[in-house]
Amino acid sequence: MIALERVTKRFGSWTAVDAVSMTVEEGEFLVLVGPSGSGKSTLLRMMNRLIAPDSGIIRVDGADIAGLPPEALRRRMGYVIQSVGLFPHWTVERNIATVPDLLGWPRARVRDRVTELLELLKLDPRRFRTAYPHQLSGGQQQRVGVARALAAEPRVLLMDEPFSALDPITRGALQGEMAAIHRGTGTTIVFVTHDMDEALALADRVAVMDHGRLVQCAPPLAILTDPASGMVRDLVGREEWGLKRLAVETVARRVRPEPAIPPIPGPPVSSATPLHRALSEMVARGADRLPVVDGEGRPAGVLHLADLVRDPSAPPPVSPPVSPPVSPPVSP
Amino acid sequence: MRLDPLTGRLMLALLALAALVLGMPALKPLFAALYPALDRPLYEAETFLTLTLDHMALVGASSLIAVAAGGLAGIAVTRPWGAEFRGLLEAVATMGQTFPPVAVLALAVPSIGFGPLPALIALSLYALLPVVRNTIAGLEGVSDAVRESARGLGMGPWETLFRVELPLAAPVILAGVRTAVIVNTGTAAIASTVGAKTLGLPIIVGLNGSNQAYVIQGALIVGALALVLDAGFERLAAWSVRWRTEG
Repeated sequence: MIALERVTKRFGSWTAVDAVSMTVEEGEFLVLVGPSGSGKSTLLRMMNRLIAPDSGIIRVDGADIAGLPPEALRRRMGYVIQSVGLFPHWTVERNIATVPDLLGWPRARVRDRVTELLELLKLDPRRFRTAYPHQLSGGQQQRVGVARALAAEPRVLLMDEPFSALDPITRGALQGEMAAIHRGTGTTIVFVTHDMDEALALADRVAVMDHGRLVQCAPPLAILTDPASGMVRDLVGREEWGLKRLAVETVARRVRPEPAIPPIPGPPVSSATPLHRALSEMVARGADRLPVVDGEGRPAGVLHLADLVRDPSAPPPVSPPVSPPVSPPVSP
Repeated sequence: MRLDPLTGRLMLALLALAALVLGMPALKPLFAALYPALDRPLYEAETFLTLTLDHMALVGASSLIAVAAGGLAGIAVTRPWGAEFRGLLEAVATMGQTFPPVAVLALAVPSIGFGPLPALIALSLYALLPVVRNTIAGLEGVSDAVRESARGLGMGPWETLFRVELPLAAPVILAGVRTAVIVNTGTAAIASTVGAKTLGLPIIVGLNGSNQAYVIQGALIVGALALVLDAGFERLAAWSVRWRTEG
C-alpha cells in the first residue's frame, strides 16, 4: 500500500529522517511511536508530500508519489492533526464536506455522507450539523476533524498525534472510536504518537523511531516481549509491564475449552476482552477462574489465573524484563 | 420587522446626511441670523448634492484603487514567492502615510495640473498604508493549524487563499479599509485646494473670504458623510464575523 525505500530528510545539518525503509500493508493500523524529535511526524508528512524527502522513494499503490500532483494525492488520503485545524468560519457540515466539495461531489451525496459520518463519530447530526467549531468541546472538535478526514472515503488515513491534546477520558473514547472505524472500514491508518500505551492499544504493528531511524517495526506483543533495543524497552516502560503484556492479548488466546464444572458464580466475560481486564475482573470478584463466552454469547470455556500469569503456549521469555524494586514502596 | 442596532444606526446617519444635503437651503434664515454681517450666508455656487456626490466619487475611486493595489500587494508579500518584497512594500506604504497629503497635492500639481487627478493620486497613496498593513496582519493572523489542515486536505494555494485565508482575514482587512475610507473622507476636503470639486470647496472659499457660515455648512456635511460611512462599515464588520456570534 505505502512503501518507503531509504527515505531521508535533513533540515540544515540535522537529519530528521535517516534512510527509513518500511511498508504499510493494505488495511493495516500502523502506529509510529518515538520521543519528540525522533522524526515520526516528518516521516508521516512525507507520505502525503507536505514535506519532500531529500532522497529515497515513497510509493503509494506502487506509484512514486514524487510524480503525482500533491493536491490530488492528499485528497485521497485523510489527514488529522493534533491541533485539529477546523475552519472556524464554516459550520461542522461544511468542514466535513471540505474534500468532497473540492472533488465536486453532488450536493445530495455530500449531505448524506456528512450525516453518515456524524453518526459514525457519535455526534447528533441535528445538533452538530449547523454548529460552528468554537461551539464544540475539544473532543467534539477532533471527532469532526476525524470525520472531515474520512469524508471522501480515503483508503489511507494519516493521523499526527490526533488525541495528544485531549483529556484521558476523551482520548480513551476516541481511541475506541478509531479502533471501531478501522475494523468497520478497513481503512489503512498511519498514526503518530509519542505515547507507547496508545500505540500498543491501537496498532497492528508498532514502528518505533529514534533519532530519525526506524528501530523496530513489529506487532505490539513482539515490542513488549522482544524489544529490539534498550531504547524500545525504556519507551515501553518497566512500570506495569505485566499489565501491558496482558493488555495486548485477548481472553480467546488463554481460555481453556472446558466446561465450567463446578459452575462459576458471576457473569461470564467475552472472549474478546483484553487479558488485563480479565485479571482486574478476577481481583474484583476474588476468583481465580472466570466463565468465558464467545461473540455470540455461547459458553467458550474457563479462564484460569494460572494461565494469565504464564502463557501456557509460549516458552519462558529469554531475557525477562527487570522490574523496579517492590519495596520500599514508590510514592505515587 | 425589528432592525438590529447597527442597521438602525446606519439608517439614522443616512437620514441626517440626506436632511443636511437637501435641506441646507432651508437653513439660510438661520445662518443669516447667526452671521448678520455676511452678504451671502449660504453657499450657493453649486448645490450641496453635487458637491456631496463629487466628494463621494473621489473618496470611492481613491479607496478602490488603494484596496485593489494594497490588497493585491498585501496578498503577494504573504505568499512564499513574494516574501522578499514585504519590507520594501511596508516602507513605501509607511512613507505614503507620513507624507502630508497637502505636500502630495502640491507636488502633483506642477506635473499633472489642477483638477481631480492629483487629488485622486494623493488620496490613493494616503489610503494605501492602512489597507496594506491590515491585509498583511489579517492574513498572518490565520492560524498555522488551519493553514496546515487546508494544505493537508488537498487545497491548492489559491483555494486556501480564497476559501480559508481571505474569509478569515476579512474582519481585519475590512478594518483597514474602514480607516482608509474615513480618513480619505476628511482629507478629500483639502483636495479642493487643487481644484477638485468636493465638500471642501465651501470650506476653502469660506476660509479665504472669512465666511464662517460656508465653513460650517461644508464641515457639517463632511461630518455626516463620515458618520454614514462609519456606520456602514460597522454593519459590514459584523457581517464578516457572523460565524463568531452564531448560536
